[in-house]
Amino acid sequence: MIGLVSYLTFFLTMAGIMAIITLGLNLHWGYTGLFNGGVVAFFGAGAYGTMILGGPSQPDQFGGFELPYLVALGGGVVIAGALAWVVGLLTLRLRHDYLAISTFGIAVALEAVARNAQWLTGGARGLRGFPRPFEDQIDNNFLFGVVFLLIVLTVLGLIWLSIERLVNSPFGRALRAIREDEVAARALGKNPVRLRLWSLVIGAAIMGAGGGLYVSYTAFVSPQDLLPILTFQIWAMLIVGGAGNNRGAVLGAVLIWGVWTLSGFALTRLAPASMQIDAGSIQYILIGTLIVCMLIWRPEGLLPEKIKKSQPMTARKAASNSTRE
Amino acid sequence: MTDSALSLRGLTKDFGPFRAVDDVTLDIRRGSITGLIGPNGAGKTTLFNMVAGSLKPSSGTVSLGDVDITGRPPETLFSLGLARTFQIPRPFRRMSVVENLMLAPPAQIGETVPGALFRRRNVARQEHALRDKAQGILDFVTLSHLADQPAGMISGGQMKLLELGRALMGDPSVILLDEPAAGVNPTLTNILIERIRELNEGGVTFVVIEHDMDFVMRHCDPVIAMAAGRVMFQGTSEEARTNPELLDAYLGTAA
Ligand SMILES: Nc1ncnc2c1ncn2[C@@H]1O[C@H](COP(=O)(O)OP(=O)(O)OP(=O)(O)O)[C@@H](O)[C@H]1O
Ligand SMILES: [Mg+2]
Repeated sequence: MIGLVSYLTFFLTMAGIMAIITLGLNLHWGYTGLFNGGVVAFFGAGAYGTMILGGPSQPDQFGGFELPYLVALGGGVVIAGALAWVVGLLTLRLRHDYLAISTFGIAVALEAVARNAQWLTGGARGLRGFPRPFEDQIDNNFLFGVVFLLIVLTVLGLIWLSIERLVNSPFGRALRAIREDEVAARALGKNPVRLRLWSLVIGAAIMGAGGGLYVSYTAFVSPQDLLPILTFQIWAMLIVGGAGNNRGAVLGAVLIWGVWTLSGFALTRLAPASMQIDAGSIQYILIGTLIVCMLIWRPEGLLPEKIKKSQPMTARKAASNSTRE
Repeated sequence: MTDSALSLRGLTKDFGPFRAVDDVTLDIRRGSITGLIGPNGAGKTTLFNMVAGSLKPSSGTVSLGDVDITGRPPETLFSLGLARTFQIPRPFRRMSVVENLMLAPPAQIGETVPGALFRRRNVARQEHALRDKAQGILDFVTLSHLADQPAGMISGGQMKLLELGRALMGDPSVILLDEPAAGVNPTLTNILIERIRELNEGGVTFVVIEHDMDFVMRHCDPVIAMAAGRVMFQGTSEEARTNPELLDAYLGTAA
């Protein structure tokens, strides 16, 4: 029993981290129309950043500053945002597809750096060991899992509230206008480069927070964590859940992570030994098929974007009540 | 202050070897409804695009009142009081009609990230005022019943009215309208004309590209005609009606 609950805690922690990253992508794609093809780059910047700033010092290794947890996590977030800022300055004035190509390229480049910059990233072996929050106060593994889940949910909640606040403000309205029609938005005085840059940086910083949480959970990061599979998974989560709807993004993250986990189980249990080696590719195909089906039958996702009304709900209800009297 | 709302000097646009607008010098009289006519491909829209900043002129200058605006990006011109609509409407399709309007006013507090996150009270107050203003303008352009509809779902004619409404949210002093009556049914066209006249009496200068000669002759003064990138005629609508060259080049086929 405790095994199952413990596994559920693990599952929800990972799903929560995925949900955070998907919220970041939703700001990019759902609200601004930015095609980020290198989600994993910003996740990785946050992951390695947090690890280097907060991890224990090791011989022949730069970093290991052992900074307090929140400072390390915050540092990872800032590094991810700064990376996005540089990418944005270089590409946002160009045509849209340049952003997709360059973010994808940055992700590949970052993986190569992680593999080779031994002194900074530990190379292919990665960086191991991280003073996880509350770890030395709690000696029970299960309890630690629950506490960490609460930390993830708290961060998810804070990010959720901030993003909701942003996208429902005039700033969010301007982002959506840029997404819908840049020419018209410019004719109405909106500066697309400024708006896109903000969106890119904030979304990437959120992805960085996901990366920071991830490494402080596993206390380990390696180039294996920087593979394009994560970008692909996060896109699947957003498309299935519903771009332009934060509830959809979170729902999609939980669902797809569930499908991913269950299919992984099923394949290791049921598939013949000869196929085990390809289990990963079968999961790819499964998620890919799911994306295609969604795009054909329900392109707006499970929870589609809502059109904003002229009056808040409560005011309209009151108005319709008074007309009925 | 000059009495020209817009002054164009030697404005020229080359697309590769092709000269779409050729050395156009014009003064748009403040407070006028100036009609801009000419056959398809004459360069009218290209001229608008240069004035509104969407295209950089190959040579020549544009001034808005006394301010040289040559080559300025379009987003800086809206807050200077220059608004434009598009020949093919460009609504923000997945946004409601009222949001299309509320978006427009410049320098909103909540348009910056810090403002949106931390100045909620001020933003809410401003939003309230914007919503009232948008609803007033929607009444004015007869779209209030569609306020909550996605702008992509309304008719083409209604989109033209929406674009006018959007432009009005910035309290512009000069509005460039590119074929406002094209594809619009007579009822909506009449509403549009009525609104343009009312705004004009309130001091707004209009430049209107239009193929509907009846519209131009009845409501525009002066009339400017372009052909092959050049200005071939400037004068009152009366003069336009009787100009043999114009009749030949353009009106002959249209009228
Ligand atoms: N971006 C462009 N690149 C190349 N050629 C262009 C471009 N924009 C316009 N042109 C050409 O410039 C000429 C003038 O086009 P413009 O759209 O200004 O005409 P117009 O007077 O508005 O015509 P219409 O009445 O059909 O709208 C046309 O021959 C057009 O093909
Ligand atoms: Mg045209």
